[in-house]
Amino acid sequence: MKAKFLFIIALFITIAAIVSSCQSESDMTFNRYYTSGSLLYQTKCQNCHGMNGEGLGQLIPPFSDSVYLKKNITKLPCFIKNGANGAITLAGKTFNSKMPAQDNLSAIEVGEILTYVTNSFGNKLGLIDAPKVNADWTNCN
Amino acid sequence: MKNALYAIFAIVFLASCSHPDKKILPIYGERQTVSKTVDGKTEVDTIYKTIPPFTFVNQYGKTITEKDLDGKIYVADFFFTSCPNICPIMQRNMLAVYNEFKADSGVKILSHTIDPRHDTVPVLKEYADKLGIGGNSWWLLLGPKEATYTLAEKHYLVAVNDKGEGGYVHQGWFVLIDKQKRIRGAYDGTDVNAVKQLIADMHTLEQE
Repeated sequence: MKAKFLFIIALFITIAAIVSSCQSESDMTFNRYYTSGSLLYQTKCQNCHGMNGEGLGQLIPPFSDSVYLKKNITKLPCFIKNGANGAITLAGKTFNSKMPAQDNLSAIEVGEILTYVTNSFGNKLGLIDAPKVNADWTNCN
Repeated sequence: MKNALYAIFAIVFLASCSHPDKKILPIYGERQTVSKTVDGKTEVDTIYKTIPPFTFVNQYGKTITEKDLDGKIYVADFFFTSCPNICPIMQRNMLAVYNEFKADSGVKILSHTIDPRHDTVPVLKEYADKLGIGGNSWWLLLGPKEATYTLAEKHYLVAVNDKGEGGYVHQGWFVLIDKQKRIRGAYDGTDVNAVKQLIADMHTLEQE
């Protein structure tokens, strides 16, 4: 009876451990992307887009418009790789300035930056990993 | 020569920090002493370097000369509207200065474009609009390239040239000028804390 009870507890702990480690595996991937992304953001993006993703007037767009980011999430890898040109409207303003291409970044680095940006500044859009970035890149204009 | 000047800047700046109570901003630049005889006694006078007369056009197409700054303190920097590297952060920091002093007619900001071929008056006006600045406290100034470059390097002691990323290079100094047109400070315009110090020093300088 006692042995059976211990066995059930052990089983329960094992299952709980497996479940929680499964969760933390995807959490870990997300955290790895997010942390690396925050460092890359500081060196590659912050100068123009600001420490808090606030942008600059009507010259440089902010990252505060979650709706825009969600709607254009598959285009974001292209903006980074090829730069952006032409008018875009977000956060209630139109932006028409050119963004320089950051074509020296790998798919994983772009994924890290986008994971950071789309999960900071009030956004919560989840992981954007390297395979997703590569897939989006094949559809760039 | 330039490094020596920066070293002097640094030393004077550090020295000035040790007396936070009654702060007087240092006076930068080369100086000369002149002896003259007044009432039979010899007096020694120090002549400080000042910013020489200039003529530029602002974002409204209006001519601006040194006379428009008589009796005012001002901050000068150098930029160009298509600048890809340090300008956005400089402008973001200068916006803090602008917002602090925009209602104060005794304070001006002068941003000189170093790319006069591209940055025409309409381009500067559009840039000002997009930056969200209006009124007459922050002027974006256009002038002959030679005049701007000479003013930068010989007088504000800011290095600029036309051989960098995006076509031009310039240092990110915000240079503080007093009512007598003397240089009273140079602050790293890409550093938020340096710009906070600039704003504090501007309040000090206004009281002189």
